[in-house]
Amino acid sequence: MPIAKVNGVEVEFEPGMTVLQVAELAGEEIPRFCYHERLSIAGNCRMCLVEVKPGPPKPQASCALPAAPNQEIFTNTPMVKKAREGVMEFLLINHPLDCPICDQGGECDLQDQSMGFGRDGSRYAQNKRAVEEKFMGPLIKTVMTRCIQCTRCVRFITEVAGQPEIGLISRGEDVEITTYLEQAVTSELSGNVIDLCPVGALTSKPYAFNARPWELKKTESIDVMDAMGAAIRVDARANAVLRVLPRVNDEINEEWNSDKTRYACDGLSRQRLDQPYVRIDGKLKPAAWAEAFAAVAAKVKATAPDRVGVIAGDLQDAESMKAALDLFGGLGVKSLDCRQDGAQIGARPRESWLFNSTFAGLDECDAVLLIGSNLRLEAPVLNARLRRNWVGRDVKVGVIGEQADLTYAYDYLGAGPASLASLIKARTGFAKILKDAQKPAIVIGAGALAREDGAAILALAAEAASKFGVVVEGWNGFNVLHGAASRVGGLDLGFTPGEGGLTALDQVKKGGADLLFLLGADEIDLSATDAFVVYLGSHGDAGAHRADVILPGAAYTEKDGIYVNTEGRAQMAQRAVFPRGQAREDWAILRALSDHLGAKLPYDSLAQLRVKLFAEHPTFGAIDHAPGSTPAALDLTAVGVKGEISDAPFASPVKDFYFTNPIARASVTMAECSASVAAARGKLLAAE
Amino acid sequence: MTFAARASQAIKGAALMDFAGAFGLAMKYMLRPKKTVIYPNERGPQSPRFRGEHVLRRYPNGEERCIACKLCEAICPAQAIVIEAEPRADGSRRTTRYDIDMVKCIYCGLCQEACPVDAIVEGPNTEYAVETREELYYDKQRLLDNGDRWEREIAKNLELDAPYR
Repeated sequence: MPIAKVNGVEVEFEPGMTVLQVAELAGEEIPRFCYHERLSIAGNCRMCLVEVKPGPPKPQASCALPAAPNQEIFTNTPMVKKAREGVMEFLLINHPLDCPICDQGGECDLQDQSMGFGRDGSRYAQNKRAVEEKFMGPLIKTVMTRCIQCTRCVRFITEVAGQPEIGLISRGEDVEITTYLEQAVTSELSGNVIDLCPVGALTSKPYAFNARPWELKKTESIDVMDAMGAAIRVDARANAVLRVLPRVNDEINEEWNSDKTRYACDGLSRQRLDQPYVRIDGKLKPAAWAEAFAAVAAKVKATAPDRVGVIAGDLQDAESMKAALDLFGGLGVKSLDCRQDGAQIGARPRESWLFNSTFAGLDECDAVLLIGSNLRLEAPVLNARLRRNWVGRDVKVGVIGEQADLTYAYDYLGAGPASLASLIKARTGFAKILKDAQKPAIVIGAGALAREDGAAILALAAEAASKFGVVVEGWNGFNVLHGAASRVGGLDLGFTPGEGGLTALDQVKKGGADLLFLLGADEIDLSATDAFVVYLGSHGDAGAHRADVILPGAAYTEKDGIYVNTEGRAQMAQRAVFPRGQAREDWAILRALSDHLGAKLPYDSLAQLRVKLFAEHPTFGAIDHAPGSTPAALDLTAVGVKGEISDAPFASPVKDFYFTNPIARASVTMAECSASVAAARGKLLAAE
Repeated sequence: MTFAARASQAIKGAALMDFAGAFGLAMKYMLRPKKTVIYPNERGPQSPRFRGEHVLRRYPNGEERCIACKLCEAICPAQAIVIEAEPRADGSRRTTRYDIDMVKCIYCGLCQEACPVDAIVEGPNTEYAVETREELYYDKQRLLDNGDRWEREIAKNLELDAPYR
């Protein structure tokens, strides 16, 4: 590898690296505004100036200059310091001195770097330029006078999100960032431009003026809004979660987050269940814990175990599902289900319900077939990763299902199972692309599985996988993309009906189960059931509305828990704040209930529960490990059940991206987003 | 004690020497100008930098100065200040809560120094003794009212101190 000298220290670097990257390798921090590791290079802020030899006797923008072998790079010479101070002075000519009222204050790149390179006073006596505010929708607040034209937002929305809705117009002093027609940014990833903005030009609207970064308690946790399990940081003050930011995890979310992950957090303080309720004379009345437990215990004792149904919701941690499984399994209950959407999946081997290639594996594969999945709505960050590969490596994408705008071009192969069957028979077109691909991948979405013939479709997809060589030595591209954060954890635990047990959809039918225990299950239609319903959960949503007894539980920011993402990667979420009011952590409620039922659970602390969990299900103990990172053999003939397949087209379960779970439905911000996107679509249709 | 010393003490005592000395000292101080003042009818001098009771000031047009930047809250070594903020109806950045716990406050004046808009100021008032602790938990209204009451004196003090800031 070539060698360069940074301030006299020799460093080896990979060919193709820029001078800035080489300097970083040597441990020299280069100030920058426009350069970002995951965006294209613009070179327009000029803050990263360095001196290079051999080269012209003037400072060079290190972000845009390829490093050369035997180059000498200087980052601390008087020339560099003077150049950077000059750039900073120019940047501050038009930047207002309104740090005290700016939300970026305390976490602002310009503020930080002006401490290093700024003058103490201004030499500029003329008027500063003023720029009109822009409207960018309900999430992004703009103060465009503060903009330093780094164009990170433009590059992000164009390159990563793939929806060129933000742009730069005019030139020179008149240059402005704009959404062209004053319309809301509709991308599901739009919130990321707020993190990217190095100054306070784009800030978070729901969080406006709420808090300063130094007041917040930061907790590293795991997202539950979709099954990706993105790494997040929960910022809380007192007992309120104020914002959720992405953390860097190259294997999952890189450093992006979807808007739902980021902004649904105001739903954590609305519609909360903060004390137990018992339905008396048709009305839910506040009750003490003991009364609620007594009501549940009386009903459980009066009901035969085979008439009891337990349904786990989409946001459940593994510990609470394990406690429910131990408690009700111990009572002889067979009807337990974690698939409230009715997905026909869960028969071993484990690989049949995992995203086996891993998300990072998409960076290697060369052809992807999406079956019944609107990837952009079901996992926006994963969609951005696929788009990056489509842009950078020309990955071929085929879609069977909804013909939606995925922000990249794809071969549309049809709407339903018939198209999949004909693809298997075909020899040309996308079938040939898949066949010829070195590392092909198939992604089966919830839309293909959550239907009566789901198991047969899974078998058909497995047939396609074996036909196209999706599972070969050293590569397993057979991927299932779930919609719920709890789903893989539930399937790993075996939270599925035992012999003679009823599935979730059968339990809620009229005459299905006489006692329904809902573990945060809100996405299931409860209108037909005549059962006695016990709801354990955090939000007053569909489940609590129908419930006869409500046991207030903790939301995902309020408990330590293990979530297994769709790759099969077990991740630990940390508690950021305490549960509301009298609410308790879910496993603790089940433990307390077990006392009243006379079937005491054998653990008194979360640690003890985890010991039992890890002993019985070792996959949960492999924290942060994705099983797909070492491709395992998968017998595709054992996947799914062959059978009759209806001709109905695949429909994505995500009807409205902003309303997929009780937390998001309780969020005012999500409601505004949904309305704004609907309005933007309406406007577009009217214009066409 | 020797006999001579005893005799000397006895003679001094008989001649009331200690009494005469003390009387002379008292007479000397009686004729000097007095240092004490008859509080509250008279007051001692006060520096323009005096750090007394806090006030929140307004602009001459009645708009409150505080912009909820939270620098005073951040710098307060006693953590006596609590601020909550949100956008006001007109979109400007304003506090919804500005509490000072006057029991915690150590009157160091750092809040006043941190304030970019001279909103929080320690005024000249020292006479705010109360009967209960609760009355010393000042809220935003109380501080603004203080500001209205003391604005004239505070503006004068700031003007006098301006050359040194």
